[in-house]
Amino acid sequence: MTENDEKTALILLGCPQVPVQTSMALYLVHGLKQRGIRPVIAGTTAARKLMEVADPGRYYVSEMTDLDVAIDEITEKQRDFDLCFVFIHNDSGIAYAGTMAYISKARLYTLIFGEHAEELAGEIEFPCEVVAVKAVHNPMPLKRKLDEVMQWAAVSKQ
Amino acid sequence: MGSCLEAMKPEIILSQASFKEAREYIKKNVREYHEVEPGYKIHDVHIIGVPPLYVGVEGEDLIFPYTKPCHGTFVVKVPGSEDIARLRARKGK
Repeated sequence: MTENDEKTALILLGCPQVPVQTSMALYLVHGLKQRGIRPVIAGTTAARKLMEVADPGRYYVSEMTDLDVAIDEITEKQRDFDLCFVFIHNDSGIAYAGTMAYISKARLYTLIFGEHAEELAGEIEFPCEVVAVKAVHNPMPLKRKLDEVMQWAAVSKQ
Repeated sequence: MGSCLEAMKPEIILSQASFKEAREYIKKNVREYHEVEPGYKIHDVHIIGVPPLYVGVEGEDLIFPYTKPCHGTFVVKVPGSEDIARLRARKGK
């Protein structure tokens, strides 16, 4: 949410241990920008460095922030977003998504991937749109699901 | 780990658990515990997870879950100082 009413989306990246995360995050950033939604990436240092190195010209990545800084700003009511996408492949990801569901007014999308995607999806006990795909190295199954999600995001933007 | 928390050299009570396991550990093993909302801050650490989330008090120490994105949730014990009074001033147990 910004003063000029430009829509914003927070993309929350966890541990970058699973290869598809960085690729899909860049793809999501691109899709959001095409739809006129400004993406802000929050993540661990390693997750952010992977994004920086993958996009040296900053064609896709614009604002990035530390995970704790983002949570601080939202809990202190200094900032919030229209949409929030949380990348999840472990229990910590579920915990962060649950926190976002509680502290933020953003429409929440959980993108669950990795070997245990279905199992993790069963742990979701808070309001959000759930996308769960067993994807580790090949991003295509998650990309197909994400394309559907970005249609929802575009609809909810209007 | 948050740099402030790390500097306090916390005692690690439970390591690489789920946030639910951390919740259950505190509920079962700490006599005095207080429910806090997700994002509640102790030192430089946010309590992360799905409610209910608990922070325990044991003597002069705080016992709480600390979630790391890559390594799961830890239950840590650190000196409580003024945070104990802040917790006790809240509603609930």
